[in-house]
Amino acid sequence: MAAPLALVLVVAVTVRAALFRSSLAEFISERVEVVSPLSSWKRVVEGLSLLDLGVSPYAGAVFHETPLIIYLFHFLIDYAELVFMITDALTAIALYFAIQDFNKVLFKKQKLLLELDQYAPDVAELIRTPMEMRYIPLKVALFYLLNPYTVLSCVAKSTCAINNTLIAFFILTTIKGSAFLSAIFLALATYQSLYPLTLFVPGLLYLLQRQYIPVKMKSKAFWIFSWEYAMMYVGSLVVIVCLSFFLLSSWDFIPAVYGFMEHPIFFMFIQIAIIAIFKSYPTVGDVALYMAFFPVWNHLYRFLRNIFVLTCIIIVCSLLFPVLWHLWIYAGSANSNFFYAITLTFNVGQILLISDYFYAFLRREYYLTHGLYLTAKDGTEAMLVLK
Amino acid sequence: MGLLSDPVRRRALARLVLRLNAPLCVLSYLAGLAWFLALAFPPLTQRTYMSENAMGSTMVEEQFAGGDRARAFARDFAAQRRKSGALPVAWLERTMRSVGLEVYAQRFSRRLPFPDETHERYMVSGTNVYGILRAPRAASTESLVLTVPCGSDSTNSQAVGLLLALAAHFRGQIYWAKDIIFLVTEHDLLGTEAWLEAYHDVNVTGMQSSPLQGRAGAIQAAVALELSSDMVTSLDVAVEGLNGQLPNLDLLNLFQTFCQKGGLLCTLQGKLQPQDWTSLDGPLQGLQMLLLMVLRQASGRPHGSHGLFLRYRVEALTLRGINSFRQYKYDLVAVGKALEGMFRKLNHLLERLHQSFFFYLLPALSRFVSIGLYMPAAGFLLLVLGLKALELWMQLHEAGVGLEEPGGSPGPSVPLPPAQGVGLASLVAPLLISQAMGLALYVLPVLGQHVAAQHFPVAEAEAVVLTLLAIYAAGLALPHNTHRVVSTQAPDRGWMALKLVALIYLALQLGCITLTNFSLGFLLAATMVPAAALAKPHGSRTLYAALLVLTSPAATLLGSLFLWRELQEAPLSLAEGWQLFLAALAQGVLEHHTYGALLFPLLSLGLYPCWLLFWNVLFWK
Repeated sequence: MAAPLALVLVVAVTVRAALFRSSLAEFISERVEVVSPLSSWKRVVEGLSLLDLGVSPYAGAVFHETPLIIYLFHFLIDYAELVFMITDALTAIALYFAIQDFNKVLFKKQKLLLELDQYAPDVAELIRTPMEMRYIPLKVALFYLLNPYTVLSCVAKSTCAINNTLIAFFILTTIKGSAFLSAIFLALATYQSLYPLTLFVPGLLYLLQRQYIPVKMKSKAFWIFSWEYAMMYVGSLVVIVCLSFFLLSSWDFIPAVYGFMEHPIFFMFIQIAIIAIFKSYPTVGDVALYMAFFPVWNHLYRFLRNIFVLTCIIIVCSLLFPVLWHLWIYAGSANSNFFYAITLTFNVGQILLISDYFYAFLRREYYLTHGLYLTAKDGTEAMLVLK
Repeated sequence: MGLLSDPVRRRALARLVLRLNAPLCVLSYLAGLAWFLALAFPPLTQRTYMSENAMGSTMVEEQFAGGDRARAFARDFAAQRRKSGALPVAWLERTMRSVGLEVYAQRFSRRLPFPDETHERYMVSGTNVYGILRAPRAASTESLVLTVPCGSDSTNSQAVGLLLALAAHFRGQIYWAKDIIFLVTEHDLLGTEAWLEAYHDVNVTGMQSSPLQGRAGAIQAAVALELSSDMVTSLDVAVEGLNGQLPNLDLLNLFQTFCQKGGLLCTLQGKLQPQDWTSLDGPLQGLQMLLLMVLRQASGRPHGSHGLFLRYRVEALTLRGINSFRQYKYDLVAVGKALEGMFRKLNHLLERLHQSFFFYLLPALSRFVSIGLYMPAAGFLLLVLGLKALELWMQLHEAGVGLEEPGGSPGPSVPLPPAQGVGLASLVAPLLISQAMGLALYVLPVLGQHVAAQHFPVAEAEAVVLTLLAIYAAGLALPHNTHRVVSTQAPDRGWMALKLVALIYLALQLGCITLTNFSLGFLLAATMVPAAALAKPHGSRTLYAALLVLTSPAATLLGSLFLWRELQEAPLSLAEGWQLFLAALAQGVLEHHTYGALLFPLLSLGLYPCWLLFWNVLFWK
């Protein structure tokens, strides 16, 4: 199996190298879809140069990477392209071995269930064979490496790739069953961006399942293992954070990386709104919760730019829900697409509303520190634009 | 997002909207009206065609020859009816059984909310009789209905005769795949409603009826027949149903196919079909018929028994035989053959009619305008409201930026923007008061009819109508009183905020109405939008007040009655028109309570409060 994988790696590296050398590299690294303010390479370079000048990289509120990343690139800045290509390769290899192991476990489990006669008698064609599962790890590596999205992220040198590697290694170590390594990689991934925190529960469940520990409240082994895993995770996280502190001799990185430490309630409000928008089966009750917070941000009203259009969108969609339902179900003429379109529009309205509030919040903070009337260097009136 | 977030472009857009607002609004309104008037002309109308494959290519040879039998049945029925005064239930049961149907009867009764002057009834009780022809080899899962509504004013005896003769003829055939229900209802629409409710096991309108003993599966299609003479010169078809719902266009296409096949003269809206579509005559006649259809659909009345079937997703038509002064007449055999052909084709249906359009307008029987082509007309009209609202918002926002907002009270549960420079207290009061007036208009007339009848020398029905008019007119006096309740905080901005809310409210209502009943939405938009856009407390108040009163919902109703009769070439004098208007008001309230028609609640609870808000804006101090 090594030969096809090596071939795929070579092809992937070639593609990336070719793109790095072409003129598209500049263009791609500016695209909004590929880089975000949290993962853009330009900002890494900015932070590094600030560090070289002896200033804290977090001073300009531009840099949002973690100190470990700074130090990684401090030593490897000349080989940046190589680093990103290696990162992608490492992710692919980690996924390859992870899926290979996973398939073995799956197949073993299927064999056990077959022997125990747990399956219905006529499902022979549904049973998976080793033959068909043989190429899956290779396909996974292929999918990751040759996916245009991955290629674009690599060429743009977005630090999202490093996050992907850490999560891939987390998956590999979890499937292999090493709780300690799994906790470390999860801590590293969480350290870089908070969201992998949600992977804690699935990781724990898999490790429990692997050791045949039942997930029951009364089982002692369950509690012992969970406690161990949680401690390893939290311990690693604490170690990494303290290490970062020592690297830069300050705690500045915490607000820069995780943001809004001074305004946790606003952060909470945004998070609730995001949960309401993106959850699987949203209802208007979810929307009602975060809308109750609007009077709290009354003072932001004057900075909201699109509140009229958004309010109209939301009211119109709310009224059109029952009308289009009636047309679909009772009048028999419309179909589900109409209802779905209104759902989409409603969500778009909500997203625009949240981003509007975000912008208003940031703008007010800026005005508070820099004065209400902005003038550019030559005395003309300046305008604040969110980039 | 660049347009919405880039400040430079936003300012340019704002300036553009503010400067060009009036011309854009006028242009949009005129475009909407022009588009509507252009609907009858060839590029926007299309020829009708049969969309359902199952009904398209089958050849049918009609063999109905029971004309004499039909006439005999009709004479017997008329005699029996004269003798008994009501529907001769026993005779009908006997005859249907002799023809070979499974016969059932259903009793129903209802007390109307107030006496119905047009049909002269108050406590209604009657019996429906129906016979089911079971398909010989099918599982009784689907059925077709042929119904004849018998009221006290229209005996419809020839239709009953034809129904019985057709039943006898159908009984002898072996090709039926669906059951056929032959339904004779008493008190026409009330009986039909009672039967439908009992058949579908629901109770929407408070009718008391005995449960049905015999059913025949899901009804796929229904045809209602009204014939009052032995010979007919033409067959008139009615499609508009309750709340402006229309049957699937394929059913109309089916009827038209058989009219053409049998050489029958078919009319729509009581008028002959325009033949010449190349010159200007055809489209102009088509426009006349289009306007008639729009007015009928907007009224939301069921123009025949079929209108009540549509609510249960049963495609239905009403066929009326008209006997006028024309040389060539058709007898019952011709009508019977057309019906036989229609039923045979409907027999071939594999699934419910769904291929063709459910929303259309008919300039002629063989032409239609689909929803995709007529909706932009309403869209242009509603755009005016949107533009005006945007302009008001920008004016409010420009004035309010840079000022300190006073601590306004939190708004209602609707996500209105938080306190503007006016304080929401001055908005909530007019909204609540207008809505309360609307509620009074909806509830009081029927509730207070007995009290009114006691104190004034009027009958109950008149009391209802007069209470309606009184409350409506009382709303005009409101602005002079609201200002005593509300303490005006901000002098000039208050009316702008109120007008903004009223414009959005009106646009929302009209938008929702247009989606379900285009004609009603368009008619109301065409009349209310200019007055709403122009209302403001400065300038010539009397002119704007006159415009607003002339375009209020009640005035629109009065105007459309005159227009309707004008289009039917039977113009009304003022006195007649007023009488008809009062009768229409009473019928509207009655139909809301008996069939669930939505025109009355929409106008009283939705549009009248909105109109009152504009009246408030006009008289803002």
